Amino acid sequence: MSTVTAQETPPGADLDFQAEFDAKVAADQRIEPRDWMPEAYRKTLVRQVSQHAHSEIIGMQPEGDWIASAPSLRRKAILLAKVQDEAGHGLYLYAAAETLGVDRTDLTERLIEGRQKYSSIFNYPSLTFADVGVIGWLVDGAAICNQVPLCRSSFGPYSRAMVRICKEESFHQRQGYELLMRMMEGTEGQRRMVQDAVDRWWWPSLMMFGPPDAESPNTRQSMAWRIKRDTNDDLRQKFVDMSVPQAEKLGVTLPDPALVWNEERGAHDFGEPDWVEFKQVVSGAGPKNAERVERRRAAHEKGAWVREAATAYARKQQSAEEATA
Amino acid sequence: MSNDATGTAARPEWPLYEVFVRGKRGLNHVHVGSLHAPDDTMALHNARNLYTRRNEGVSIWVVPAEHITASSPDEKDPFFAPSGDKVYRHPTFYPIPEDVPHI
Repeated sequence: MSTVTAQETPPGADLDFQAEFDAKVAADQRIEPRDWMPEAYRKTLVRQVSQHAHSEIIGMQPEGDWIASAPSLRRKAILLAKVQDEAGHGLYLYAAAETLGVDRTDLTERLIEGRQKYSSIFNYPSLTFADVGVIGWLVDGAAICNQVPLCRSSFGPYSRAMVRICKEESFHQRQGYELLMRMMEGTEGQRRMVQDAVDRWWWPSLMMFGPPDAESPNTRQSMAWRIKRDTNDDLRQKFVDMSVPQAEKLGVTLPDPALVWNEERGAHDFGEPDWVEFKQVVSGAGPKNAERVERRRAAHEKGAWVREAATAYARKQQSAEEATA
Repeated sequence: MSNDATGTAARPEWPLYEVFVRGKRGLNHVHVGSLHAPDDTMALHNARNLYTRRNEGVSIWVVPAEHITASSPDEKDPFFAPSGDKVYRHPTFYPIPEDVPHI
């Protein structure tokens, strides 16, 4: 790894490096792992990319719960592929985080010890099969809104991971919407189930964009660094405007009495999410926080023997090779 | 995601591999990302599962990251200077009248 370690900074050279870094960002060039970068930029990225990775991994659980009870082989196969994608997304992002000089094992430990956060959305339960559809439609829809601009994020490995992820998210959203369309063609009970799932997931989906701009202290710096490209409120607005016609077409009502088209703004006005609830869920008091993290821990610990066996096998093969050489 | 990459050492027992995929016949293998694996065979299997779930490739290379020798990250590195001042290596260096066809 000696060829790929980060650059040593000679004393006093910081200012030149800073100017070069600023110029690259201003010119919309990408920062690559071995480039000099301000320590705060690196730290912000480690936090954002690893929390994003954790979200993908924890995000396997609400839908994973339904794999065994999916109503048809077709739905089961789709759901398996989708949950496998989430695992893949987590791995792309852990790999991107590692280019910043952190270790994936450490990140996993930070997650299962509750020292790092993940998206608040995955702390809500998936109560019926309609939730699988609504998660695909709204939760993945919101994720797409968030992630498409991140394909132009200033850190190269992060933006490249986002390009791969966005290509795959489209399948996630469409399978969810199609599932809901099918249910809406069904019985009155099935339609009620869809509406109930929409009622429960709509507000948490809006919270996925984070706190309002006025209360998001990191946004301005992250945008100056072009790690983030849009503010939380702008993305939330975009998501609402995208979702309204989709809800109409589907025949469901979005549970917000304040939701109305504003001709003047050319956008929808909408109500304020419950930010008290948001803070509670983020800080660990959501309906499923403890269970999500506990399951992740159990999976990690129960998988230890597999990792050990693979390591032992690799070592054995290597010594066998050395013996015959 | 990191042959051009990484600060500290990865898990010593599971080395870091860089993954290169040939999208289809006739194209070069292109770097697509990285992963950890206990050995070469597992690295190849993991790369298939991680980077080619949708027919993204017809061939995969995995290379232990520690076997990659990289140039310095500095774009103004004198390493690249030899090509910097040889404008005559480019076709646009040679003015040709516009009415000369097919050149």
